[in-house]
Amino acid sequence: MLKTNGRSLASEISFMPISLQQKNQHLLWRAGFGPEISSAFEFNSMKTSDLWRKLQTDSSAQPQMIRVTDESSGVLGNLAKKKLDGENLQLTKEERKKIGEGFRENLKEMNRLWLSEMINSKAQLREKISLFWHGHFACRLVNSNFQQDLLHIIRTNALGNFGDLLKAVSKSPAMIQFLNNQQNKKLHPNENFAREVMELFTLGRGNYTEEDVKEAARAFTGWGFDFNGQFVFRKFQHDNGMKTVLGRTGNFNGDDVLNILLDQPQTALFISKKIYRFFVNEKINERNLNEIADVFRSSGYSIEALLDAIFSSTWFYAEENFGSQIKSPVQLIAGIRRSLPMQLENENVQLLIQKLLGQVLFFPPNVAGWPGGRSWIDSSTLMFRMQLPLIIASREVFQVQPKSDDDLNMGQAEDRSVPRANRPLRRDAKADIQWDKMISFFEKTQRENLLQEISKFCIQSLHPPGSSVIERYTDSSSRESFIKSAVINFMSTPEYQLC
Amino acid sequence: MLLKRKEFLRLGSLASTSLLMPKFLKAFEHAEAVPPRNKVLVVIQFSGGNDGLNTVIPVTNDIYYQQRPKIGVAKSEASLLTTDVGLHPALGKLKSLYSDGSLSILNSVGYPNPDRSHFRSMDIWQTASNSNDYLTSGWIGRYLDAQCKACDKPTQALELDDVLSLALKGEQQSGLAFKDPRRLYGSSSERYFRALSAEHHTANDEAVDYLYKTMSETISSAEYIFRQSKAHASTANYPDTTLGKDLKTIASLIFSDINTRIYYVSLGSFDTHVNQNAQQSRLFTEFSDAIESFTSDLKKNNRFDDVLIMSFSEFGRRVAQNASNGTDHGTANNMFFIGGGLKRKGLLNEMPDLSDLSEGDLKHKIDFKSVYATVLKKWLKVDDRLVLGQQYNYLDFI
Repeated sequence: MLKTNGRSLASEISFMPISLQQKNQHLLWRAGFGPEISSAFEFNSMKTSDLWRKLQTDSSAQPQMIRVTDESSGVLGNLAKKKLDGENLQLTKEERKKIGEGFRENLKEMNRLWLSEMINSKAQLREKISLFWHGHFACRLVNSNFQQDLLHIIRTNALGNFGDLLKAVSKSPAMIQFLNNQQNKKLHPNENFAREVMELFTLGRGNYTEEDVKEAARAFTGWGFDFNGQFVFRKFQHDNGMKTVLGRTGNFNGDDVLNILLDQPQTALFISKKIYRFFVNEKINERNLNEIADVFRSSGYSIEALLDAIFSSTWFYAEENFGSQIKSPVQLIAGIRRSLPMQLENENVQLLIQKLLGQVLFFPPNVAGWPGGRSWIDSSTLMFRMQLPLIIASREVFQVQPKSDDDLNMGQAEDRSVPRANRPLRRDAKADIQWDKMISFFEKTQRENLLQEISKFCIQSLHPPGSSVIERYTDSSSRESFIKSAVINFMSTPEYQLC
Repeated sequence: MLLKRKEFLRLGSLASTSLLMPKFLKAFEHAEAVPPRNKVLVVIQFSGGNDGLNTVIPVTNDIYYQQRPKIGVAKSEASLLTTDVGLHPALGKLKSLYSDGSLSILNSVGYPNPDRSHFRSMDIWQTASNSNDYLTSGWIGRYLDAQCKACDKPTQALELDDVLSLALKGEQQSGLAFKDPRRLYGSSSERYFRALSAEHHTANDEAVDYLYKTMSETISSAEYIFRQSKAHASTANYPDTTLGKDLKTIASLIFSDINTRIYYVSLGSFDTHVNQNAQQSRLFTEFSDAIESFTSDLKKNNRFDDVLIMSFSEFGRRVAQNASNGTDHGTANNMFFIGGGLKRKGLLNEMPDLSDLSEGDLKHKIDFKSVYATVLKKWLKVDDRLVLGQQYNYLDFI
């Protein structure tokens, strides 16, 4: 291997070759949510290519829909019926409040259920790529019925064909509502969806003109949804005139425009680039990128083929891609729970953690999704990340409080006149950690190698924390305490934020 | 199984005092020289969309009273600034600031194509973006990027909160958030974290080094802030409210020689869809009581001329009241500027025109980015174009 810059040389001199375990864990962290302690022994010794095949197979079945019991849809259903019966539809204040509360509860429940899939499901690859699409087709919407449908579209199409996914998402009530296509009518075009579908979902900025946006918006006129949350094409609202989009002219409808967007090689490149940044490295290697974009394009937008091109490549396992990524908050939480199986007394504490760390499922900051990378890290989030394993392991209560969300509170924010101490805040992170699997995972490890092996299991960075510090703060009164405290200490390092 | 914190963070027998005084702390022995009369900006965010029309009230406007039969504030109740304009009764304490020329009010501030989602509109204000752009850094964060290339600690912009707002996140540099200097110091000064930080040698690994840099800056800043907050702690009486405590902390830091230029603090929720008057009165009482203590503390310590307080909210509210004696999300709004260094005082522009609305909402006359440009250029003395990406018109109140 020929390397000329000093950095690579230095790291090759000072570091051991990457072991099979590290390689497999690298795959598990990127193509999923990290190694699971109960299967770690088996997975660590597999050939990496076999492990990748296994991940694919484990994700091949169609997922069960994440469905929450739904008070609010009952209310909505009654209202829809009233509407069909010709009644004047005005929500009363009570009905609105009830629907809003139901939606909020549902979103919490969906968050918990989906997170639980990420932690426990064998379909790691599917849930991971779904999390990517959840940020790509970002939709910040309180209507939990719409969110539930959109998530199902994403999870079922996550490894399928990008064109199918794009079309299904574009016709989902969630996206139609979020990007105002319900208001996109022949005489009053609304350009919001047409703009974002080009800027964020397919081409990226600079690859279309304002004129393309205007013309495409006309093609999407009439796309809407009905009272039952079903897509409808309202033909009287549709503009039947000729449109010119990206150099092609015709009496296009919405599907035609999506097909035109899919015909652009730029779309394959744009999606591949975003996937590369999410799964491989924030820093783009142009040669690798072009390689996977070619595969994506020539496969007719097969998402699984694109991922296969990444995880079967040799460059994915190059040193520069190890520990180069800052875990997203959701990945951090799921990763901790996969390594340390635990019963949380208060499952909703995970929402609080997401909030404090800046990533709440179903609440992306805007249609552009979570920016990721270094934006996850500031003084507060880093220190909280490092305290988190300890807080969980020692069953403490969070001393920090997230900002309130006025879109969610809908004018019913907590009354500040009530003294803070009396407010019903559940910030306790009481958890029962099942340590037995972790203890037995290191059963055969010699005492003198123990710290090193724990480090290897916990830390993906090729520059792990110095063992002398960890050792000094680790409880060596018994083998068991040593393992427990060393694991928690490794998880409480800057390096653990990386994978 | 329950494990105690100390079982994890056992103080190892090898830990000596030298390890507890890491290298980076030495940097503060030669703290950067802070210019005397350091100009400071205090941003107060009214979260939730404050109703501007019941804040600065057009007390002789018939349309106002027609549109707000239940929640309109009568002229006799308002704290009158002029014959036509009054403040909300709970803001009465601001009137003396108005009278002595240290309060100005800017009406009709907003942006084109306003968004009525709290979150989105707050992002637009905090990132200083257009309503169809999605920026991932805030205007104060980009101020740090422009200003703070060589800063060894992120204390130039501080937020009084547990979570850092997008406004204070830059591309390279970010501000620092804390609720209480003592707690910040306590939580970041775990011996374990200090030891990790002190014994870390550059790994020549960008990701690792970046995280260690952030960690050690946080630890050292926490200590710096804590020390500074005690060095010249304010002795004045402040109301026992969250904002009162926050402004007292800010005053103590201003009296020290910390290098902070911007403080950021929030008050809310102003999302008054229901029974607006009670909620707004309560928040304005908290605001004006705290401001009264803060401004008199600054005056007593001869620093009032060096401090500019600026309030904003993500949007105003609709002109007409709703059916629940509240108001729904609207658009343009007013901003307060308070300080001893104002060049133009009082009402800076005309009151909003209630006969010229856009679908029931006020039309904005001044882009909020012009306000930022003015504050950046004239108060913080930085090239505003570096922060805002383009040139906006300057205003003349400072």
